[in-house]
Amino acid sequence: MSLEIDNVSMRFDLPGGVSVQALKDVSLNLKSGELLSVLGPSGCGKTTLLNILAGFLAPTSGEIRLNGHRVTGPDAERGMVFQQGALFEWMNVRENVGFGPRMKGAPAKETAELVDHLLDTVGLGDFKDKSTYELSGGMQQRVALARCLANDPDVILMDEPLGALDALTREKMQGLVLKLWKETGKTVILITHSVEEALLLGERLLVMAPRPGRIHKEYQLPFAERGVNADLRQVKKDKNFSETRDEILSMIWEMEEEIMGRAEQSA
Amino acid sequence: MTGLSILLGYILLFVVCFGVVRAITARRKINDHNSLMTVTFGYESAVVPNRAASVLSVLVIFLIWGMFTNSSLVPISVPGPFVGNAEFTYTAKNAAGETDDAKVVVLVHEPDAENTDAPEIEPGDGFAKSDGYAMQIWRSKLLKVQTNDEGGKDDSYQVIAVNGQPIAPDQEVATDFGAVSMTSKGTLNVKPKEGLLMQPLYLPSPEAVVGRLGDLMAEGYKNIGLFEHIGYSLYRVILGMILGSLVGIPLGYAMGLSGWARGWFDPIVEFMRPVPPLALIPLVIIWFGIGETGKIVLLFLAALWIMAIAARAGVAGVNISKIRAAYSLGASKAQIMRHVIVPNSLPEIFTGARVAMGVCWGTVVAAELVAANEGVGMMIMGASKFSQTDIVIVGIILIGIIGFGIDVLMRVAENKLVPWKGRA
Repeated sequence: MSLEIDNVSMRFDLPGGVSVQALKDVSLNLKSGELLSVLGPSGCGKTTLLNILAGFLAPTSGEIRLNGHRVTGPDAERGMVFQQGALFEWMNVRENVGFGPRMKGAPAKETAELVDHLLDTVGLGDFKDKSTYELSGGMQQRVALARCLANDPDVILMDEPLGALDALTREKMQGLVLKLWKETGKTVILITHSVEEALLLGERLLVMAPRPGRIHKEYQLPFAERGVNADLRQVKKDKNFSETRDEILSMIWEMEEEIMGRAEQSA
Repeated sequence: MTGLSILLGYILLFVVCFGVVRAITARRKINDHNSLMTVTFGYESAVVPNRAASVLSVLVIFLIWGMFTNSSLVPISVPGPFVGNAEFTYTAKNAAGETDDAKVVVLVHEPDAENTDAPEIEPGDGFAKSDGYAMQIWRSKLLKVQTNDEGGKDDSYQVIAVNGQPIAPDQEVATDFGAVSMTSKGTLNVKPKEGLLMQPLYLPSPEAVVGRLGDLMAEGYKNIGLFEHIGYSLYRVILGMILGSLVGIPLGYAMGLSGWARGWFDPIVEFMRPVPPLALIPLVIIWFGIGETGKIVLLFLAALWIMAIAARAGVAGVNISKIRAAYSLGASKAQIMRHVIVPNSLPEIFTGARVAMGVCWGTVVAAELVAANEGVGMMIMGASKFSQTDIVIVGIILIGIIGFGIDVLMRVAENKLVPWKGRA
């Protein structure tokens, strides 16, 4: 697996003749099995970048190449986990998870075995025949993760997958994401607005800056690897962890201040 | 007078029932969440329908209905009209200026009474002759005492008093049975008390309506069985509904999925939507006549726009994340249509279908009122032309029950087929 983001820019026109530079010259290469988290203040283009990677948006210039071929639209090779509301509530948990293989026409028996295995992995063994609306928010995201894995994608794109969960559930789910990443060896790109989450769930961490959206700073972090085997709360107690967190927080704080200042000037 | 007393009685019963039920249930202590809340005023979810009130409400309606129609099912009854012999004396003055008294006996009888003959009365002495008359309850009767009395045809003959009280044209004298008035031309008019009971012409008693329902079930109406009438109405509604859905749902999908289709059909749908189907009846009759085709077309049109708009709203309501998730999972356009867009729009379509069924049921009755040879609407229209109020009421009750039944069935189907509605 190789993923290249080559000089991607994104610019779109708003009504009234204003155009927005959502991304400018973003370049990045991902190795197989990497866990990348992307962080940034609102308006830095992180969601736009993810949507371009997924193939939902076409960049105005530059291109994305996965395994050497150009990305032009959504495809099962790039799985996506949304923040919420993306499960099909007319299907039960099992049918949701088996959706991808079913669409490809995979044999029913194989699919059923795979679905069973994945639901056990994400800890939903007892909820296989429930309706999705009977599950809590955390369980729904477990289904979404399993559904994405069922398709065996090359890259998993996560758009603030834990953003709508309460703090305790979120912590559990962070552990699950690390576990799945390690067990499956998938390449994962995760967007978040929580600095702590970005530190915990990123071997590599990108901090993006707004106007125009661009990569501001890149970190290589040891915490994800550590978190696979250790308690996440212990990892967070690390001095290095809190120092990096503070550094990034001030960085984003300054960006936000700058945006506010600019808005006040123009107003 | 009757209307006002019904209203007052109804309000009274509402208050009395409330008081009684409260007094009975006050001792029972309920410990559920709602009853432990100290502030529930304005909190709609805490307002649970009191089922005792619902039962009493229905009972009160039948009680009032029975009371005012002298039903044998209800022990009490409001005062009825005067029945029996109404007697009074009048004093007449003839051309010579003499006065004389005579007695009048009027038999006021029920329409189906055995004895409807005027009582035989001794004419008596003097020029004013006593006489007997007969009349039905709830009517008034002009008494031509002039034709009976000697010299009654004389211009100066006149009746000057009733029961000793003076009377003149356009005046009235109260009596124990009601009143006697005089017309502007000097003719006596007997008006027995009408009481508060409703005449069967206006409102038949509950047992009369039930009896008529039995007759209709056994013999039918206008040589067509009652269930056949209902069947005709239902058949029209269902066929119109099916045709309207077959065209309307794909139309709505097209409008929800393609900008061109949305732009093309928007003016038509938005124009036709506010036109009540009833307003189309005359045009439909001109185009298709009063036969079956016209009614099906009308119901088709009634259902079409509602279903199209419901399907459009169903497509519009799909969360973009669901579509994107399906694409990312490798679904094709056809698969997304089949597995995402259609199931996602089902709740909206069901809501639309429920509305459309209600509208169609109302429209079919109205269309049958205007022109039909069979159907529930035709039945009540035909009956009203012959003042068969009991059939009209049977028809109204049937229309209500069937309309309610349709809605209940639709809701059951909805819960079965789209259990996720409102829970995503």
